[in-house]
Amino acid sequence: MTTTEPAPTEERPIGFGKLLRKEDPRLIRGMGNFVDDIQLKGMLHLAILRSPMAHAKIVSIDKSAAEAMEGVVAVVTGEDLAGHGLAWMPTLSNDVQAVLATDKVRFQHQEVAFVVATDRYIARDALEQIDVEYEWIDPVVDVRTAMNPDVPVIRTDLEGKTDNHVFDWETGDAAATQAVFDNADVVVKQEVIYPRSHPAPMETCGCVADLNRVSGQLNLWSTTQAPHAHRTVYALVAGLPEHKIRVIAPDIGGGFGNKVPIYPGYVCAIVASLLIGKPVKWMEDRTENLVTTGFARDYVMQGEIAATKEGKILAIRTDVLADHGAFNGVAAPVKYPAGFFGVFTGSYDIEAAYCSMKAVYTNKAPGGVAYACSFRITEAVYLVERMVDVLALELDMDSAELRLKNLIKEDQFPYETKTGWVYDSGNYEPALRKAMEMAGYDELRREQAEKRERGELMGIGLSFFTEAVGAGPRKDMDILGLGMADGCELRIHPTGKAVVRLSVKTQGQGHETTFAQIVAEEIGIPPEDIEVVHGDTDNTPFGLGTYGSRSTPVSGAAAALVTRKVRDKAQIIASGMLEVSVADLEWNKGSFSVKGDPSKSVTIQDIAMKAHGAGDLPEGIEGGLEAQICYNPENLTYPFGAYICVVDVDPGTAEVKVRRFIAVDDCGTQINPMIIEGQVHGGLADGVGMALMQMISFDEDGNCLSGSLMEYLIPTALETPDWETGHTVTPSPHHPIGAKGVGESATVGSPPAVVNAVVDALRPYGVKHADMPLTPSRVWEAMQGNHTPPI
Amino acid sequence: MQVPAPFEYERATSVEQAIALRAKLGDEARFIAGGHSLLPMMKLRLANPEHLIDINDLEELFYIKEEAGEIRIGAMSRHRDLLDSELLYQHFPIFRDAEKLIADPVVRNRGTIGGSLCQADPAEDLSAVCATLGATCVIKSETGERVVDMKEFHVGPYETAVGDAEMLTEIRIPTASNGGSAYEKVERRAGDWAVVSSGASVWMDGDTITAGRVGLAAVGDNTTQLDGVAELLAGKTASEELYTQAGELAAASCSPQTDNRGTEAYKRHLAMELTRRSLRRAVARAQGQEA
Repeated sequence: MTTTEPAPTEERPIGFGKLLRKEDPRLIRGMGNFVDDIQLKGMLHLAILRSPMAHAKIVSIDKSAAEAMEGVVAVVTGEDLAGHGLAWMPTLSNDVQAVLATDKVRFQHQEVAFVVATDRYIARDALEQIDVEYEWIDPVVDVRTAMNPDVPVIRTDLEGKTDNHVFDWETGDAAATQAVFDNADVVVKQEVIYPRSHPAPMETCGCVADLNRVSGQLNLWSTTQAPHAHRTVYALVAGLPEHKIRVIAPDIGGGFGNKVPIYPGYVCAIVASLLIGKPVKWMEDRTENLVTTGFARDYVMQGEIAATKEGKILAIRTDVLADHGAFNGVAAPVKYPAGFFGVFTGSYDIEAAYCSMKAVYTNKAPGGVAYACSFRITEAVYLVERMVDVLALELDMDSAELRLKNLIKEDQFPYETKTGWVYDSGNYEPALRKAMEMAGYDELRREQAEKRERGELMGIGLSFFTEAVGAGPRKDMDILGLGMADGCELRIHPTGKAVVRLSVKTQGQGHETTFAQIVAEEIGIPPEDIEVVHGDTDNTPFGLGTYGSRSTPVSGAAAALVTRKVRDKAQIIASGMLEVSVADLEWNKGSFSVKGDPSKSVTIQDIAMKAHGAGDLPEGIEGGLEAQICYNPENLTYPFGAYICVVDVDPGTAEVKVRRFIAVDDCGTQINPMIIEGQVHGGLADGVGMALMQMISFDEDGNCLSGSLMEYLIPTALETPDWETGHTVTPSPHHPIGAKGVGESATVGSPPAVVNAVVDALRPYGVKHADMPLTPSRVWEAMQGNHTPPI
Repeated sequence: MQVPAPFEYERATSVEQAIALRAKLGDEARFIAGGHSLLPMMKLRLANPEHLIDINDLEELFYIKEEAGEIRIGAMSRHRDLLDSELLYQHFPIFRDAEKLIADPVVRNRGTIGGSLCQADPAEDLSAVCATLGATCVIKSETGERVVDMKEFHVGPYETAVGDAEMLTEIRIPTASNGGSAYEKVERRAGDWAVVSSGASVWMDGDTITAGRVGLAAVGDNTTQLDGVAELLAGKTASEELYTQAGELAAASCSPQTDNRGTEAYKRHLAMELTRRSLRRAVARAQGQEA
């Protein structure tokens, strides 16, 4: 049988190119299937009682009134869980976290008890009937006081703990860096704070747990970015046999790292299903999501740069105080307690670098790695890009010129940084020059000079970032002992249609399209004929999931390589069909033909039918056309980009208007430029949000003041300009298709561009630095010389 | 999903019936108009009314009309209606200024002027708008109706002259020629509550302000109309110096507090700056210099 495929066009690429997203028709029509859409027979609803205080001893809990309510099936406290050995669970950083508080509460809104009831309203109403007596303990709120000898110890649960210390960490060479600083012409110093923020995905976290008491099977529909990793952790925590656990992540409404950790609510739902023998649903409300689940950032960074008076950067040094909240719940490879903050040397060729860091506990929600941060590269890039502008101001040098003078040169790649990271490939200067050209940089500077004459405030901010994504090589990187490799399985059906099964999981990034295109590019089957299956541990190979921009660098490589493996087998079958040797065949995307005689060819669809059909196959070849692999990346990939932001500041009200934003990204080989552009747009909006309005803040008693979207502000179309995007392409040398990943580039790269632009606008007021979020009030205070840290 | 505590629900079919229901159910009952303040408070369980009386069917309260030398606005007029009304804009452009910046289209499609004035949130805009225009409010009860000015109506944050068995039904604004009005607001983000807002209305004779009023929102109690500023403006020639003087007086007449929206010092600065701007624009409009 011969099938004829229509020729590829620009609208219908067979492989890479712009292509409408395959998942969008169902999502746009409201036909998605999210966790909260799951309805099971006899399903009960769980609601969690949370602490009103940030730090308090639990004196007593009276649950009798709640238990007596009609429709309430169970009320469970920490003490009840302790009876089953389930009151505490491990975090992804080898700390422990309370599932339900037993001894004391350690942050406001911490989980204290849960109610299971026949509907969600009754469950919520019953929480009001649980009477908890608390005894106040002074909270540790200001991270700068956490190590003071007189403050209360938060983690009294840890044996022998006498302070609020989590870890010390360092990287680079302290002595060599000191030597460079000692002899430098110019040294600049600045405290730079990246305040606590939150990813605030549109869909909050939740799950439906269905534990069958007879078979012992646990089916868990869950908002998870990492279904396989979660399955293994549940097996380790709850002692459930792993083959009896099926984790299903259906459609996920945004993750941004918020859905990597395992939260107490998931464990509560599983325990409830186990105790009651019925399916149990738990879904957070908006407040619960904002105030208890994985926050992001919260680094207080002392930055220093040593340079020559001509503007050659010699060394970068930083000392960081990291607020980890009440439990160390950081989701990062275990050997990297500070994530990939070690890339704080940025995109510059320097002589020495050193970072020291102290992480501490405070009475705040746990988390720390989230919000598209690429394991703390947001903080690293913000630090270095802010500091380069501080240096430019000190030297009275144009900030673009200073960057151009110091960027790593094309011929220096692969480039090993002074903190040991090997940047795989890069060509930085053309990216920055392209952004400057798109912006009309020189003209903008002229306009700014004229406006300054008239007292108008216009700012131009640059940022050049290097990302490190695609964790990671299993020799270095694991989460709780699980290597960060990813599997992929491809089956070609007899009629030439295909199904590819991934270990990663989209939360909106477009995997169902991108991965179909990767397979299509390698084997010539149109993307619409390739089904992408993901998010179900029973139906996909093992792997660590989607976060840290790792899907394309790791799973994308796996998809390309598994397809090549299938294609190799197809070539052998084709050689039999065409009665020539394998070496005499050439591949034209979608078919094999005999070298020198293109009329003699077979399509991949013909081969698929042959592989499953009647008749002999070449000797030693089994029937079928499928393969599975597990890809272990050789190195991270290092996307980069050059961003320019133009702002206008109203001198009377201090309101900041982002007038233009130019973003040139290089993520290596582009699979679907439309999806890349969408990812960049989203990240740029994140950056504007963080730079200008977002912060999770607390009062002095540790009350979280950002518990709703009325207080925690997300930018709208009115705060974001028409994005001007461009790209360069520098493929990764070690990735099979040269792709690098782009999911977090813009979130990482954009905040410093916005802040640099605002600080640049305020130069006539003598402002050298101002911390995010740059709300009108904070900008005005900076103009008055009253800038205060956002702590 | 955030869920409110249990409550009973009634749907009123006339103003009389709504007031009768309210009189019967007492202070545990609340009218619900657009619901964009009350429902979020109920979901957060900051408000737990036992009964809601839905007045969205009271079509008799949906109107904006000119009558007896006044613009009369039915209490159920939506923000969207106030924003779109050419009649209102022609007489009082301050409404369109303010409405453009109240929340977002979704809220404006439902929220009402009556709901806003009765909620009396300290950061709410329409109380200052109505106060600067010298509006009066019609309050009905089972026994009749009374008409009060804004000073009497707006008692303080979350507190108005409307009693438990009463309903605000209409807002009346006297029309006069040679007037101009404007509203200025700073918010952290579109749709956020005001950091500070300032509204100004002036009536002019040539370059002279025969009467003028300024009101502020989000800067503490009793700022919806500033008597001192009105006294300052009366009979003065419009000038930048006068706007600055008025602005400084406005800043001195309010009591803002430091919070996540801004510091006290910044809010006082904005009270000054925004009052200058709203007055400048109101005068320009009165003089036909700006649409």
